[in-house]
Amino acid sequence: MHPTRKRRLLLILALVVAAGIATTLVALALQRNVAYLYTPSEVLAGEAGDQARFRLGGMVADGSFERANGSMRARFVVDDGDARLPVVYEGILPDLFRENQAVVATGSMRDGTFVAEQVLAKHDENYMPKEVADKMGEAHRKHDVPAQPGAADAP
Amino acid sequence: MLAEFGQVVLVLALLVAALQALLPIAGAQRGLAPWMAVARPAAYAQLVLVLGAFAILTAAFVGQDFSLRYVAENSNSLLPWYYRYTAVWGAHEGSLLLWALILALWTGAVARFSRRLPPQVVARVLGVMGLVSFGFLAFLIFTSNPFARLLPAAVEGHDLNPLLQDPGMIVHPPMLYLGYVGFSVPFAFAIAALLGGDVDARWLRWTRPWTNIAWAFLTAGIALGSWWAYYELGWGGWWFWDPVENASFMPWLAGTALLHSQAVSEKRGSFVGWTLLLAIAAFSLSLLGTFLVRSGVLTSVHAFAADPSRGLFILIFLGIVIGGSLLLYALRAPGFEGHDPETDDPRSRFAPMSRETLLLVNNLLLASACAMVLLGTLYPLLADALELGKISVGPPYFALLFTLLMAPLVLLVPFGPLTRWQREQASRPMALLLPWLGVALVLGIAAFVLAPRGQWKVAAGVAGAAWVAFGTLRFAWQRLRSPGGRMSAEMLGMILAHLGIAVFLVGALLVEGLGQQRELALAPGQQVELGKHAFRFDGVEERQGPNYVSGLGTVTVLRDDRAIATLHPEKRRYASGGQVMTEGAIDAGLARDLYVALGEDLGDGSWALRVYTRPFVRWIWLGAALMALGGLVTATDRRFRRDAAHREPRATA
Repeated sequence: MHPTRKRRLLLILALVVAAGIATTLVALALQRNVAYLYTPSEVLAGEAGDQARFRLGGMVADGSFERANGSMRARFVVDDGDARLPVVYEGILPDLFRENQAVVATGSMRDGTFVAEQVLAKHDENYMPKEVADKMGEAHRKHDVPAQPGAADAP
Repeated sequence: MLAEFGQVVLVLALLVAALQALLPIAGAQRGLAPWMAVARPAAYAQLVLVLGAFAILTAAFVGQDFSLRYVAENSNSLLPWYYRYTAVWGAHEGSLLLWALILALWTGAVARFSRRLPPQVVARVLGVMGLVSFGFLAFLIFTSNPFARLLPAAVEGHDLNPLLQDPGMIVHPPMLYLGYVGFSVPFAFAIAALLGGDVDARWLRWTRPWTNIAWAFLTAGIALGSWWAYYELGWGGWWFWDPVENASFMPWLAGTALLHSQAVSEKRGSFVGWTLLLAIAAFSLSLLGTFLVRSGVLTSVHAFAADPSRGLFILIFLGIVIGGSLLLYALRAPGFEGHDPETDDPRSRFAPMSRETLLLVNNLLLASACAMVLLGTLYPLLADALELGKISVGPPYFALLFTLLMAPLVLLVPFGPLTRWQREQASRPMALLLPWLGVALVLGIAAFVLAPRGQWKVAAGVAGAAWVAFGTLRFAWQRLRSPGGRMSAEMLGMILAHLGIAVFLVGALLVEGLGQQRELALAPGQQVELGKHAFRFDGVEERQGPNYVSGLGTVTVLRDDRAIATLHPEKRRYASGGQVMTEGAIDAGLARDLYVALGEDLGDGSWALRVYTRPFVRWIWLGAALMALGGLVTATDRRFRRDAAHREPRATA
């Protein structure tokens, strides 16, 4: 084979191998670090399956928030209109965490309770995460909250 | 009345942009000098008009004109005066106007400093910038008009988002936009070159300082954003791999690759096609960043409330700009030099062991990192569109792959400047650098042994930083010692930026490895130990701010039972809307930050508290500042100007 051709062939082979390794690495890294969003009714229907870690989205149910004096351990219920799921979280809640507001918690199920590692609330009083809004379009109507983000603001 | 005038001015700017886009480009294609001559005056006129519109909107904010919807939504009579100026870019409409203004500024600067370029090139470059400006002004006027009236007028404004009532808001967006939009200059140059079918080394030289300045602003803008997030969000972190951070980081990665590839194209005549592609990519990613932030398609701390018509408009605009440029590239680029090395300019040939190869590897790694971030950022959108579920990609994906891709780059940095163009004996730079590699390894091992925790990260940080710093200084020393060794501004800039990498590595890896944090409930008088420091909580009292009520906490930091700092973390409740904001308190230092944030009132006088130690966290932004400074210093190189002067007689002939 012509030496330049041979060199080019080797170069192309090296590139293909490198691209293959890169694709595998990226696919593996993505697979391990992706967290799906589910609503309580989906979790109870078993749609979350045996995923160790996922995100739970919904509304914080009215009157469900409780925390003992001087303790960091909070309990509340996430509701999507059809089903309710108890959540425990030990840590500081975001400033915008309130009852009757959307919340996205990351964590895993333990004995029928969702143990959250991280809790995110809405960004401001008229912003609802789009993915939660999409997922809960139906549930919002039941809760008298407009599904349209940006319109949920009633001071 | 003034607002309607602002509206008219904006529409005039749109018309001028259309003129600036159409006539000069058509004139350059047909060789009509009078048509081409329209470019400069149109660029100046546009600058004046957009500046006028911006000034009118600013006047509406300062004068609290709540009959404007945008002002009523983003201001309040209690807002302190300085935030009335920055509230102009506090939300969607105004920040787009700022975008348009900065584009007009860059266009005006190009018009002013391009006197020595051939008239066709100037006409095409300004024309392409006019086209971009036309798109943005049309977007402003048709979907997000900042001058829309509110009838009846509001009595009181809704207030600026409290998160944005911060000094960070004054500088971060303008800096970031100066960088984003600055990439429109190399982009316009690349399109002009593709339209003209010819890339001249002199024009390449002319665009290099523009890319450097834009890159320096982008670096500074991202660093300011990171610093702001660090002290404002109260999470103690400096980078979250949030979609919006990624949106600004992708053009930075592409821009960094562009800086290096431009240097090769200008000096050696190779990589020309690749340089043009990178210039297109850097600006396209800036546009994509704007799209991601503005359309609200991604869940992010920055996302603004979404309006589907806006998203669609930007998507179409993006499709035209990116699709059009890539199509033009596909049609024209194969005709350029540098595609057949056998018949090409002998300058552009190089052996596998040469500086060109090292810069090629640099570009491949940076481009891969950019593609990796792009994939991770868009993957949730893709999965949503394919009905794979609502997902989010966690920071570990980015952190892991970014580290893997950047590690070889850090290893190669010191070799770049010491390796000759075209052909090099591998043993020569190796011999120069081997002792310093040894020193770096010894320091890394020492750090591994001494570090109280996070050994691997600390060791990697110390060794990597020492390697890059010593290797770069080795080059500087060799350069100064060589006969007649002068340091050009370009080299000095490169050295500063590479030293910036070393400083950044110390900050980024040591804060990860050595940082400590606790989240806990404390009653007044109780204290918590964190490393060598003890934090004593002294209670919270109520204070009245200009437009908020604050719970002002007091935390005394003790070291060896001696008070070394008193911190006042705050919990603010804003009067309008009742939003609650956390203001962390930081005792800053070069070697460590002590950071306290208030959580919530837990009843019976105790509060939830977050306490952090953040060793060397300042080095992260110090490193970024050095990189930005390096970019600016490089841009002042006399070679870029001298050549322009030397070219003058030809251009006017």
